[in-house]
Amino acid sequence: MSETSYDIVIGLEIHVQLLTASKLFCGCSTKFGAPPNTQTCPVCTGMPGSLPVMNRRAFELGLRTALALNCQIAPFTKWDRKNYYYPDLPKGYQISQFDLPFSSEGWLEISDPKGKIEPRRIGIIRAHLEEDAGKSMHDEAAGQADSRIDLNRTGTPLLEIVSKPDMRSPAEAKAFLTELKLLLTYLEVSDCNMQEGSLRVDANVNLHIPTPDGKIATPIVEIKNMNSFRAVERALTYEAARQYEVWQETGQKIGDIPKQTRGWDDVANITRGQRHKEESSDYRYFPDPDLVPVTVTEATVADARAALGELPAALRTRLEATFGLTPYDSDVIVNQGKRGVEYFLELATHSGDGKLASNWFQQDVLRTLTEQKIEIDQFGLRPERLAGLLQKVRGKEIDTSRAREVFAAMATSQKSAAEVMAELGIVQVDESQLVELCRELLAANPKIVADIKEGRGKAAGALIGQAKKKNPNVNPGRLMEICLELAQGM
Amino acid sequence: MGLTRDEVEKVSLLARLQFTPAELERLTEQLGQIVDYVQLLAELDTTHVEPMAHPVDIANVFRPDEVRPSLPRDEVLANAPHHDQECYLVPAVLGD
Amino acid sequence: MSVHELSASELIAQLNAGEITSTELTRACLDRIERYDDRVQAFLQVGAESALEQAQAIDQKRKQKQPVGPLAGLPVGIKDLLCTQGVVTTCGSKMLEHFRPPYDATVIARLKQADAVLLGRLNLDEFAMGGSCENSAYFPTRNPWDLERIPGGSSGGSAAAVAAGMLPLTLGTDTGGSIRLPAGLCGVTGLKPSYGRVSRYGLVAFASSLDQIGPFGQTAEDCALALEVIAGHDPHDSTSVAQPVPAYRAALRQPLEGLRLGIVREHFGEGLDAEVEKAVREALRVYESLGAKLVDISLPHAKYGVAVYYLIAPCEASSNLARYDGAHYGHRTDEKAMHKQLAEERAVLQAAGNERGLGQLDSALVRMYRASRAEGFGAEVKRRIMLGTYALSAGYYDAYYLKALRVRRLIRQDFDEAFRQVDLIAGPVSAAPAFRIGEKADDPLSMYLVDLYTVSANLAGIAGISVPCGISQSGLPIGLQLQAPAFGEEKLLAGAHLYQQATDWHRRRPQLP
Ligand SMILES: [Mg+2]
Ligand SMILES: [Zn+2]
Repeated sequence: MSETSYDIVIGLEIHVQLLTASKLFCGCSTKFGAPPNTQTCPVCTGMPGSLPVMNRRAFELGLRTALALNCQIAPFTKWDRKNYYYPDLPKGYQISQFDLPFSSEGWLEISDPKGKIEPRRIGIIRAHLEEDAGKSMHDEAAGQADSRIDLNRTGTPLLEIVSKPDMRSPAEAKAFLTELKLLLTYLEVSDCNMQEGSLRVDANVNLHIPTPDGKIATPIVEIKNMNSFRAVERALTYEAARQYEVWQETGQKIGDIPKQTRGWDDVANITRGQRHKEESSDYRYFPDPDLVPVTVTEATVADARAALGELPAALRTRLEATFGLTPYDSDVIVNQGKRGVEYFLELATHSGDGKLASNWFQQDVLRTLTEQKIEIDQFGLRPERLAGLLQKVRGKEIDTSRAREVFAAMATSQKSAAEVMAELGIVQVDESQLVELCRELLAANPKIVADIKEGRGKAAGALIGQAKKKNPNVNPGRLMEICLELAQGM
Repeated sequence: MGLTRDEVEKVSLLARLQFTPAELERLTEQLGQIVDYVQLLAELDTTHVEPMAHPVDIANVFRPDEVRPSLPRDEVLANAPHHDQECYLVPAVLGD
Repeated sequence: MSVHELSASELIAQLNAGEITSTELTRACLDRIERYDDRVQAFLQVGAESALEQAQAIDQKRKQKQPVGPLAGLPVGIKDLLCTQGVVTTCGSKMLEHFRPPYDATVIARLKQADAVLLGRLNLDEFAMGGSCENSAYFPTRNPWDLERIPGGSSGGSAAAVAAGMLPLTLGTDTGGSIRLPAGLCGVTGLKPSYGRVSRYGLVAFASSLDQIGPFGQTAEDCALALEVIAGHDPHDSTSVAQPVPAYRAALRQPLEGLRLGIVREHFGEGLDAEVEKAVREALRVYESLGAKLVDISLPHAKYGVAVYYLIAPCEASSNLARYDGAHYGHRTDEKAMHKQLAEERAVLQAAGNERGLGQLDSALVRMYRASRAEGFGAEVKRRIMLGTYALSAGYYDAYYLKALRVRRLIRQDFDEAFRQVDLIAGPVSAAPAFRIGEKADDPLSMYLVDLYTVSANLAGIAGISVPCGISQSGLPIGLQLQAPAFGEEKLLAGAHLYQQATDWHRRRPQLP
């Protein structure tokens, strides 16, 4: 396939569970992991006579997200029924939005700090609210005759976000998802946990292939069952190659065959065709007579917009402009989420050195969090106190390796940098003392002196260990400088 | 106008109903009559008339996001035709 | 007068005055049911024991001078479409033969709070679909005035129980006339409140944008009494309107001099039975004699009402009834037999090498759905589900459903225009008195046209009431329908009360053998 290049055209459809305490239309809890069918009531099991009432917070979270995605907000929006039979859908219809979604026509900018993709805007066709279905479980291996249905998830609020087919590579699709997830986390609208199903991705993909007779498009395939962003990337890569092969064999173009759905098999690393439904989908949408429309005023939109806070893209720009960070560094910090960024900002401000703060934050703070498996909020070494240490590093009162010892001690106590340094006996070594020490060491190591003279300056490194034994407070950098200078004169 | 037997059969699958050939025959005729009757509406020009889905003009009805007690599981499953104390049981869901 | 001839309001007065106990009254009702209901067949279930327990508890309350609710001790019957916790609620369908709701409908909770005695479950057309009560999956209810005739539907049991003096007060539901029609045919008073006036929570939905719960009693005063209890905003029903509940009983006595009564030109056309027309015109003369002004008005789109209704209601019903699929509640087909049947069908297709047929053969799950629904629903319910599914399906939505919604607005605008000129609209409830059981069984369309005078109120969301206004030559009741603008129940009830103060048609009772 290398002789012909083609464009991959990708659109994504993302379902995000909104972080509400209760379901979209009833008071049942949305907590994950409860025993089957213990978070259900007449409303979410669709019992005869029950009626839905809309959760205000779900609407607000949807609105917040739509605004952050630069969407137009509809002044009038209504709820529709999508009718189909499935045992995880107890009413026989899903309450969703069809012709008048509450938001449309937005965009999300994607970029790659490593420069692999060009920064650009991916269009959002629409974002709308709907209710989730339950779970059906079938153990084919066990030869089970029946499927088991758990309706705990039924009625959990979902935001469906549909992108335009604007992505041109699996990497772009992944970048879009990564940025979207970060945005949703900043907005505190979803926990985006793919394992628990709070973020689900379907992809529509086809190829645009240039031929002597002009560009042709291959049939669009919808891919499902992708359980991580990496899986999305791999599935799309696989699917592009597969479609190209099929096209070479059959010459099939878009419209020649009905739209296909394929499932990603994460173990076999392939997509597989899924069995066709009994009838072509005819959802018989119509306005839900049990729910009333929602009108959104400009004032409501303005208030929601004002409450959005600083979003990832703006934050990255600010970190780069204020502290001179590289796009890579700002990206790592912003990816830590709001609390992480807050920590960094305090550290940078109190220490007076953004770059130094960025290094310590990325290397030492984040490593410690990983080691201790804790969140930044639970980290006892708060930024003001850590800034005290950074100031000493900046003033060359302590070298980096000793500073790490101090950091470790500070992280397990409430002591200041100065207190820990005093305890560890870390004092700045006087320059004359240091020169004296270097003379001693060089005198005792003629071989090293000879090496230095022959231009192998690195040999002086061997002296650091010996020096530290005599005085643990020596600054290794300064020690090397002096030794090199003295050796030249010997 | 009317409906064809084929159409009625297709709709019966969409509606998850099934009919004997004789029932299908009768239903095709009866639905045909009703559909013919409602054609009456076609004589009205409604181009500029807003559809009216609700009889009352109310909007923005919400409830607060508060958790309320769910039903005890045995009460939820009490009406289920087939269950295993934990889950509803239905004939195998295959396909995906 | 014996207790079964007294109205609910009169009985409440007697109960409050200590002239009768709830236990006595409840026993009297149970006796009468015992005596007549094997012929009338209004009841699907009679909860004698629990009713007597409730009655005793309320008598006790009264004895101890504890405060009691406005319906304290009054036996009330419920159309078997309103969910009552722990009590089988069949909706007149085999589908829900064993269904016990784990919750109370809001109106049931309010009746309980009002200290009513819930005495039994009343028959109806399956899922309220019908105008004759012949579509009950269990048995047809008979008109107490003539046991060979229908009581009207769908709330036929609720109307017949009051007409036969078996209960003073019952609840029904009205989607296209299902309270007013049987009230008219059974010679009792039946109120369909404005849409949004009474919570639908727990009312098993037929057509959600049309359904409304209302009372049957002997008089408008009885309806006022009941409406005060069941009306009001409910946070469980998004379409219930947050308007305060007026004191309907007090409003009965508002002065109505100069009442402008609209007479709809289109209601007195072709197809109206001469006796019905005569009785209705006579009632209008009574109003005139009471000082009302008759105003000739037009509802130009009234003739489209039935067509609009028989699109919107089946469309909503096709979706509302999708939940009865044998998976979570209700009837499920015999799975063993089903699997065997499927295997046989597969074998036949395989033997014939019919690939296409094999490809179209139902999966076990789809067959379970189809067989359960085919067995659980009766013919009329299936017909309407089919009609609604068809009208909503791809390619037909605009021509049928959407078109119907547009004409619905025209119908509503007709009423808005009319109510600028008049306070109430008066006319017939049905074109003819009760027909014979089985008479229209083979002709669904002629059955649908019975709703001609009633459906428009549901489409527009306005209020309507049926009051007895005559007896035909053959001894069948004739009803007068009054209609009021949405949330105009005070004037509607007062208008009906005014008539009942001047006439005694509502006092006529059938001679039960
Ligand atoms: Mg969706
Ligand atoms: Zn629930």
